[in-house]
Amino acid sequence: MSTERLAPWAEQAMTEHHAAEHGTRGGPGEREQQVLDRIDRARRRKPKVREERITSAHGAGGKATQTLVEAVFLDAFRNSMLEPLGDAAELPVDSARLAMTTDSFVVSPLFFPGGNIGDLAVNGTVNDLAVSGATPRYLSCGFILEEGFEVADLRRIVSSMTAAAEAAGVSLVTGDTKVVGKGSGDGCYLNTTGVGTLDPDRTLGIHTARPGDAVLVSGPVGDHGVTIMLERGELEIDADLESDTAPLHGLCRRLLDDVPGLRAMRDATRGGVATILNEVARAADVSVVVDEDAVPVRAEVRGACELLGIDPLYVACEGRFVAIVDGAEADAALAALRSEPLGREAAVIGHIGDDPPGLVLLKTAFGGTRIVDLLVGDPLPRIC
Amino acid sequence: MKFVDEYRDADKARALAAKIAGLCEPGRQYKFMEVCGGHTHTIYKHGLEDYLPEQVSLVHGPGCPVCVIPMGRVDDAIHIASQPDVIMTSFGDMMRVPGSGGTFFDSNAEGTNIRMVYSPLDSLKIARQNPDKHVVFMAIGFETTAPSTAMTLLRAREEGIENFSVFCNHVTIIPAIKAILDSPDLRLDGFLGPGHVSTVIGCRPYEFIAADYGKPLVVAGFEPLDILQSIYQLLLQLRDGRCEVENQYSRVVPWQGNVVALKAMAETMELRPYFEWRGLGFISHSAMRLRDGFAEFDAERVFSMPGVRVADPKACQCGEVLKGVLKPWECKVFGTACTPETPIGTCMVSPEGACAAYYNFGRFSRQRVKEATGA
Repeated sequence: MSTERLAPWAEQAMTEHHAAEHGTRGGPGEREQQVLDRIDRARRRKPKVREERITSAHGAGGKATQTLVEAVFLDAFRNSMLEPLGDAAELPVDSARLAMTTDSFVVSPLFFPGGNIGDLAVNGTVNDLAVSGATPRYLSCGFILEEGFEVADLRRIVSSMTAAAEAAGVSLVTGDTKVVGKGSGDGCYLNTTGVGTLDPDRTLGIHTARPGDAVLVSGPVGDHGVTIMLERGELEIDADLESDTAPLHGLCRRLLDDVPGLRAMRDATRGGVATILNEVARAADVSVVVDEDAVPVRAEVRGACELLGIDPLYVACEGRFVAIVDGAEADAALAALRSEPLGREAAVIGHIGDDPPGLVLLKTAFGGTRIVDLLVGDPLPRIC
Repeated sequence: MKFVDEYRDADKARALAAKIAGLCEPGRQYKFMEVCGGHTHTIYKHGLEDYLPEQVSLVHGPGCPVCVIPMGRVDDAIHIASQPDVIMTSFGDMMRVPGSGGTFFDSNAEGTNIRMVYSPLDSLKIARQNPDKHVVFMAIGFETTAPSTAMTLLRAREEGIENFSVFCNHVTIIPAIKAILDSPDLRLDGFLGPGHVSTVIGCRPYEFIAADYGKPLVVAGFEPLDILQSIYQLLLQLRDGRCEVENQYSRVVPWQGNVVALKAMAETMELRPYFEWRGLGFISHSAMRLRDGFAEFDAERVFSMPGVRVADPKACQCGEVLKGVLKPWECKVFGTACTPETPIGTCMVSPEGACAAYYNFGRFSRQRVKEATGA
């Protein structure tokens, strides 16, 4: 062991660190607060992609995804419609207001309990429109198929798409097909783009959340993500679970109609409920306080998450959303959600506070407190 | 959920917390080290410190097997994975541990095939499915995971599998605890012993800690009530002037350990003369390598290894954090240069590391939060 070297990435991080301010004085409590403030400032700095290549973390919906989107895409494409980075963009067209969104689907396996890539692709885009407050109208679909993919499987996917589109009241009006060589794709990838119409005088947005607001989820969290993990068969665990993929336009409409104090809705897909709540805390510069006991999680999902050392709050859903409503209308919102079949297990899971801004706090079932941060990449199972 | 919720009961926690507060002598500060990263994770995940009086503080120990892997070993692993026709496998939490040139994820982006497995036996399955590839399992962990590596090796030999080897990085807990006990700036009143390691090695190996160093140790389970109860037992010993090894986790840990597991380990592995631990440096007889009888399965002998040591940046104060001299946030680079995205030091690497746990779960002022939540 005569040779020794340094890690260049670590040296670079140190150089940047020394360039920033430093030094802390004061009593213990004060000093800790100064350190926390310094970290807060570091976190609010402009994001920078350090990696030279794309890694799987960039697609996981956590910090790495956020950094990539803000530092590469937003930086290049910046305009007023893109900037809010909502689930759908709002397009002023003459006197009408349209909402537009797009989403790609690369789920593996293609078929899983409760659905397949086809209904997922329709519901996913329908839901991005619905939670933006829009009535979903039209969808496009791009198919990227791998050489050798079975036509019978394609038919199954397409027929689920038809059924899902019908259920959501949308028409598939345009599309595209590409075939890639064997080995260049995973059977079938889909992209859907959706257009919907917005109510003329209703503006939703997570930046409008304010202290005293209530935070709701429309049903138990984590069903879809855990179903997919188990279905991949790497774990050899069997559980009676189904994906929660479902169109949410009816549920969202009910909330829009019944709750004038509705501030925002977000569907909790990649990154789960925790990621959405962090986005709310950052966008509105508020704190989000969540009561762990109040978050609905099925026993099967909790069990699988316990075994893997994963937090259900980070697990993807495909038919659940988070709603922020005026605190005075929390009961009305809960009643509205519960009156619909898809919202029967909805719950108020917490509230918006003012301090500490930008953080999501969890009151644990055990009776303690911790923060819920963005994940760096995919949740990884722990070894012990 | 059965067998989980019972150990997370808030009423029982409040009752225990009151008993803990009652045992603290006025004016005395108590510092206990939880040895295992799993404990650290539990403490932060459940917000357990909210139940402890200010007199009791917890120091997070060296028992995170992912954190202690030096960067040079990660580089070696990536070097092996970069050889033609190699599939490497490892546990999920190794995937984001950086070597000098990046993590396994980064390396996969450059073309290596490093896969996550849930058990080393899955690596054998991959080897059987890919007879034209060589599958290398990067083995990490304390005595907790070493037996499963041992069983995999025995299975591989029994089945005559020729395209499989193990890159062995198993470490042993006792020399690390001893290194901490021997450190001159140490200030600890007792230990929460590692529960899972003890299911394998039993409780007897800790007896020297009580006998020679005069520190009590309670082998602790991983649910939050387990940890509170273990703290209670430590305080009880201190009040009574006792200094013993006790087993709080007796529902899982037999006093004698697991004889079958120990035998499998002894058959396949032997102690290395020394091994480098991130944050703690070289420690004698603190890690395991494959025995000569398993040379054909030893990736260190099958492949040539660069074996270059990678120095931790000088500003990194992980050593002090591990010994309990500094709290995570007191480190000069905590949270700014060193974050879970760019972990400069060992304690920030895995979610079980002390700094990562504090950063991810505890990065707020408890006083401010009490006011904010009305707790």
